[in-house]
Amino acid sequence: MQAFQILIDGFAISALYALGATGFTLIFGVSGVLNLSHGAIMVAAAVAAWAAASVLHLDTYSGALLGVAVALVMAFATYFAVVKPIQNSRRIPNEEKEIFVLTGTLLWGIMIQELIAYFFTNNAKTVLPIVEGVVDILGVRTPRNEIFTAIVCCLVIGLLWLLVNRTRTGKAVLAASMNPRGVTLLGLELTRIYVVVWAIYGVLAGIAGVLLGMFLGVSSYSVGPLTASAFSIVVLGGLGSVSGSLIAAFVVGYLETVTAYLISPAYRTIPALLLLVFVMYIRPQGLLGRR
Amino acid sequence: MAGFFTSRLFFISLACVVFAATLPFYVSGYVLGLLTVAFYFGVFAMAWDLLFGFAGEVNFGPTFLIGVGAYTAGILNNQFGWSVYLCILLGALASVIAGFVLALPALRVRGPYFGLTTLVAVLMLQNFIVVFADLTGGEIGLTIPDVITINAGANYWIALGFMTTSAAILYGLSQSPIGLVLQASGQDPVQAGALGFNIVKHKLAAFIVSAFFSGLSGALLVFYFGTASVGTVVDVAVGVNVIVSAVLGGRRTVLGAALGAIFLIVAGEFLRPTGELATFIVSAVALLVVLFFPGGFLGAALSREARS
Repeated sequence: MQAFQILIDGFAISALYALGATGFTLIFGVSGVLNLSHGAIMVAAAVAAWAAASVLHLDTYSGALLGVAVALVMAFATYFAVVKPIQNSRRIPNEEKEIFVLTGTLLWGIMIQELIAYFFTNNAKTVLPIVEGVVDILGVRTPRNEIFTAIVCCLVIGLLWLLVNRTRTGKAVLAASMNPRGVTLLGLELTRIYVVVWAIYGVLAGIAGVLLGMFLGVSSYSVGPLTASAFSIVVLGGLGSVSGSLIAAFVVGYLETVTAYLISPAYRTIPALLLLVFVMYIRPQGLLGRR
Repeated sequence: MAGFFTSRLFFISLACVVFAATLPFYVSGYVLGLLTVAFYFGVFAMAWDLLFGFAGEVNFGPTFLIGVGAYTAGILNNQFGWSVYLCILLGALASVIAGFVLALPALRVRGPYFGLTTLVAVLMLQNFIVVFADLTGGEIGLTIPDVITINAGANYWIALGFMTTSAAILYGLSQSPIGLVLQASGQDPVQAGALGFNIVKHKLAAFIVSAFFSGLSGALLVFYFGTASVGTVVDVAVGVNVIVSAVLGGRRTVLGAALGAIFLIVAGEFLRPTGELATFIVSAVALLVVLFFPGGFLGAALSREARS
């Protein structure tokens, strides 16, 4: 009984973590950028979806769309206003660009977080779910929304896989993650590929944010923990490896759910953190990472 | 090194310290209290800069070192009632041990991986503080029965003296041959190793020094506040402020980090009337500095002087 409950709840959480982390790892794989405003963009999407329903009185579908659109705009803003100027700056030495991108996106994330808090307060907001009601799976009362979340996450990740492996644009993205110089030698413009990747990232983060808002609810306080969890999942899986992130998301998601159910919700994040430290010691490049 | 005592930077710093030392005679206790906190924060930022600017280690968890020092000192005083100075010293020692533990992965993993390890260290510390609430006071905070002194002026002088001493030691260290080896090993560890320098030993030393000052400053800060809480000495947001201070003031300058910290705290206070937008404005200013003056305040000033 409880085993099924853990299985079902854990799956939904893990799928959501996986979706959130995929975009994050994609950007790192292609352009070497760790976007620390990730959590803020997800929360912005969720808050936009919430505001669409409660302030603009739109229906849930338009609200969700608006949320994703906001995340897309935010992702582009992050790239053009913060990441690109740092990457192109001649005053920042190359070996320090990484820390500048980290600091820059971190500050950018704090700015987004503060604006959300200013205009929409710090209160937790729950986005009205697209599907409502409860169903019974193997004796576990499961909200339909939870099943919906899991299905959408899997669908989107599947679509992403198709996009990357089966389309021309996707193959260019994949190639850029393997060898940026080779891609430019083939006559493809690297900047355009980056824009495509940030667009994909924006959509992924937006969907993940809106679903999170429906499933667990968000507040401006969730920005930091969301970024941290995406960061740790991605490092656990191996930076830049999408399949590694997916595995890591399920490991972390289930570990947290099992701890929350069997021990205490207060200890929820501790085993995952311990696992992370352990993996870093024995396999610093993560589960499926390349060195 | 000898050139430093005749350089313009030295005289400007000296003038600033002398001026700052006279402040208690004519400003209010409120301003003194603000600057006291800013000075302790300055030490956090300088200790961080030694690790990042010189050893090249991106430490996302300065508050791990600060928090261990602060809480060790606080708990010892709260549980056993040992004297304040003994507690502060033991806090700094605990922080050194923590720095040693934190340095172990740093010698194995690099870049973002190390950054994450340090971030995890903070999250773990935060979790443990909440879990062992009986000992640590949990989310409410730990009450500390003793204080160093309740005189605002005396507290201010202690903080100023402590910051000046730390700045002198850390700056001296950064300009010494050890600092140069650190800088070399941060930029190209393989080559620095090939030149015959023991990188492991130097980096370990940098961690221990950084941890010592972070822990000492953290312990002094909680005895000034009379309380230790996650929100003031451990939270990731505090660590972010430390990092922003160092980058804002100018990384790899040590003194700039202290400047950045003082600016950050004073600016935050000035912007208090803007309410919740204060943090937004400070972050926006910091982002603009990062984008347009990547050298930070002191970096920009020093490069101008070097050019003229």
